[in-house]
Amino acid sequence: MESDLIRADMVEAIEFPHLANKYHVMGVPRTVFNETVHQEGAVPEPIFVARLLQAVGKMSAEEVEALFRKPPQSGS
Amino acid sequence: MPLLSEKDAAYLREEFAKNLVHPVRLVMFTQTFACQYCKETEQIVREVADLSDKITAEIYNFVTDADKAKEYGVDKIPAIAVVGERDYGIRFYGIPSGYEFTSLIEDIFDVSRGTTSLSDATRKALEQLTEPVHIQVFVTPT
Repeated sequence: MESDLIRADMVEAIEFPHLANKYHVMGVPRTVFNETVHQEGAVPEPIFVARLLQAVGKMSAEEVEALFRKPPQSGS
Repeated sequence: MPLLSEKDAAYLREEFAKNLVHPVRLVMFTQTFACQYCKETEQIVREVADLSDKITAEIYNFVTDADKAKEYGVDKIPAIAVVGERDYGIRFYGIPSGYEFTSLIEDIFDVSRGTTSLSDATRKALEQLTEPVHIQVFVTPT
């Protein structure tokens, strides 16, 4: 909703096994950004946004991984 | 036999009355065969729409209304597009039961208000976007 460039689907994995297969869904939730970037689990908002930016090449996988090692910042 | 309990229906009716701003359309695509949960999903959509004058159910047939499906970018069923003043690109594929029912209701509130509860940092980050992003969240009914 915050960007006209983003569309977001909920996909029920059991009803669409071919998609669950295609995107290697072993556990849920699993989020797929632009077919290429994946994130397992319900992650904090900043990580979710970082994965989204990774999918459009504005962040590298390493930069996103680094966020997991950083202690959460207050107010973020 | 309704899928929503009387208690849940009463609670939602009150919350919708309090919180809905702009009208919301639940644009649903269904078909009568080869679709495991189309019937139940349609029933959920109709029951939710019955709880507020601001919510409308629009039910289309995935096959005979193929033009509409194309218009909404719907490629599988059951599908629900949650549409407010604009189409924000929110789609539910498969039955929105269990926790996903809560997601559907929360999306109705957000779409009706035209705002989200995302942080300023997130909004700022999203301003950088110059190309489309398609997010697919895979879930199972719990």
